[in-house]
Amino acid sequence: MLPRVLSLGVRRGPLTRRPGTLRGGFSLDWEEKLSEIKKKIQSVLPGTSLHPLYDSSHLPPDHSDVVIVGGGVLGLSVAYWLKKLEKQRGALRVLVVERDLTYSQASSALSLGGIHQQFSLPENIHLSLFSASFLRNINEHLAVVDAPPLDLQFNPLGYLWLASEKDAAAMENNVKVQRQEGAKVCLMSPDQLRNKFPWINTEGVALASYGMEDEGWFDPWCLLQGLRRKVQSMGVLFCQGEVTRESELVKMDNSVEYQPVECALVINAAGAWSAQIAALAGIGKGPPDTLQGTKLPVEPRKRYVYVWHCPQGPGLESPLVADTSGTYFRREGLGSNYLGGRSPTEEEEPDPENLEVDHDFFQDKVWPHLAQRVPAFETLKVQNAWAGYYDYNTFDQNGVVGPHPLVVNMFFATGFSGHGLQQAPGVGRAVAEMILEGRFQTINLDSFLFSRFYLGEKIQEDNII
Amino acid sequence: LSSPFSQSLRLVAPIGNRSTRGIHQLGGAVDPESSQKKRRTMLQYLSDHFYDVEFLRGYFLQNKMDKVHQKNRSFAHLEETHGPNNAGAFFILKQGGAVKFRDKEWIRPDKYGHFSQEFWNFSEVPVEAVDASDCAINYEGLENLHLLKELQSLSLQRCPHMDDWCLSRLYPLADSLQELSLAGCPRISERGLACLHHLQNLRRLDISNLPSVSNPGLTQILVEEMLPNCKVVGVNLAEGLKLGPEEQPQDTDRPIPA
Repeated sequence: MLPRVLSLGVRRGPLTRRPGTLRGGFSLDWEEKLSEIKKKIQSVLPGTSLHPLYDSSHLPPDHSDVVIVGGGVLGLSVAYWLKKLEKQRGALRVLVVERDLTYSQASSALSLGGIHQQFSLPENIHLSLFSASFLRNINEHLAVVDAPPLDLQFNPLGYLWLASEKDAAAMENNVKVQRQEGAKVCLMSPDQLRNKFPWINTEGVALASYGMEDEGWFDPWCLLQGLRRKVQSMGVLFCQGEVTRESELVKMDNSVEYQPVECALVINAAGAWSAQIAALAGIGKGPPDTLQGTKLPVEPRKRYVYVWHCPQGPGLESPLVADTSGTYFRREGLGSNYLGGRSPTEEEEPDPENLEVDHDFFQDKVWPHLAQRVPAFETLKVQNAWAGYYDYNTFDQNGVVGPHPLVVNMFFATGFSGHGLQQAPGVGRAVAEMILEGRFQTINLDSFLFSRFYLGEKIQEDNII
Repeated sequence: LSSPFSQSLRLVAPIGNRSTRGIHQLGGAVDPESSQKKRRTMLQYLSDHFYDVEFLRGYFLQNKMDKVHQKNRSFAHLEETHGPNNAGAFFILKQGGAVKFRDKEWIRPDKYGHFSQEFWNFSEVPVEAVDASDCAINYEGLENLHLLKELQSLSLQRCPHMDDWCLSRLYPLADSLQELSLAGCPRISERGLACLHHLQNLRRLDISNLPSVSNPGLTQILVEEMLPNCKVVGVNLAEGLKLGPEEQPQDTDRPIPA
């Protein structure tokens, strides 16, 4: 015992100690030790991989709690509400992966920007009402310190839906439902229409429904930028890249770099391209008529918007008019310019390969109906046109919201077939509630779940343009 | 809070101060003066570098907005006990505006916010005119205004929270409203003015000094076309003709180009 105490006392200090002899036990293995230390540092540093040789700051992080595929208005809305409703500040790490940060083909940026509550489904009406109050208070919701307030350029003139004889009863029913749910809509007879809007030709119109409040159109680009600014200030990470291969590999733009991102949840907000993302997760790969074999029925459909000038056209007070034939138009600005278009029938569907505009479609299919409804439009001159994609749900033209029954960590927020922009705030909140609470709280969207495709339960919406 | 902070923030309006400057700074759309600019950059620097400062500023902003919401709460509960006219009048008087009942004098709150309480005894006397200038009335508050079914004259001059959404809420007053003044409201643009087409009984409309309207002359012409029986006052159309098209109409200091 005494020699042992003596040998302990002789030691000069911790620096002179040989490694591995303090408490005795493990042997010296320097390479293994180094790689262990490196791994430990890597796990401690948030999101960055410690590569001393090259810079990896442009790559997305290795781990993320939620990955949102698609940085359009729906994806950003989900990111916003996730960060707003999380229990603790900084509890969730959210990564938004967007393929094209210029939004050149995104449906949100190319949209007309209309919002209305004249739907036949109560859920759609509630979503629209929620979104209207969100947009009204947008400078409270999306306020960033030291940033200028957002000007959505909202035009509160409302929508005017015209119905022919055979649709009049359905329209009356719908308006009853809308008023019950709280939308301010009024019915007008052809005489009242002629009184109020003398430029309308009411031939073939039996009834019209006019939205008085919370309806109109706004600038979708401003909403997109406002949401982006706010979610960036809340700590959401952005990445420009494309999601490829099932194990969540993100391929960086214009390069062959890949970065695997480990995550707990994936939110499919990819709009017109949602079906590809769903296929990556294996949704639809199975025998037909089974739950595994049910594909996501969302496909891109091309829609045209034309801008024309008509000096004697409807005045400043004209709402967005949706005709019995499916043609719609609205006024733009003070200078007698109008925007409008028409949804083609199934046979006339254009090829969604690119966003080229077909001007013959306007000449043959849109102009005759416009001129018939508004005689002043016989002398119009087309100035401009563009095309955009609808994320068209071929099943029932309503959105898909919520988790997939089998692939439980993929959530959908897509398939809105042309009315996604006006429902984005409400849907974002619903998805965030589903993730954080496990059920829908503000608006019940149980009928919008994926399982309806397998069960065959269509929720048809009548008022779609 | 230490005094440098309370000076530089300038967000919390002093208690009891109903001056327009305090309420205008609530809007956040005010041009900073040069001295305020210097303070703003220091505050901005602090906000960029300290989460606490950023959070504190966000908290004060939220506080301001909550105060406006509190002012515009619903007064519908007073409708059953005192009648719609008295409830609506109480709402306006609490905001700092003035009210005129039919055949009575104007009731105006003084600088401390006190006003005569005799109107509670009026039964079924309709409110004819409301002067809500410089009040913090917004979209929710306008619902209280719908209680006044026989309102003939409404003045919303220089209200900082009146915007296009609010104008779309004026249509229930269409049967009775004859005079409307929106002069000086910073957030109203030509898109909101277009919703005034519901007010077919309007005889006089004042739309002068609306800074957010992009083209005041053209807007006035289009509004006059929209409301044929109404006298639209506000823009001096000759002013737009004197200066060149690329110059601002408000910039009268510059010499007139030859």
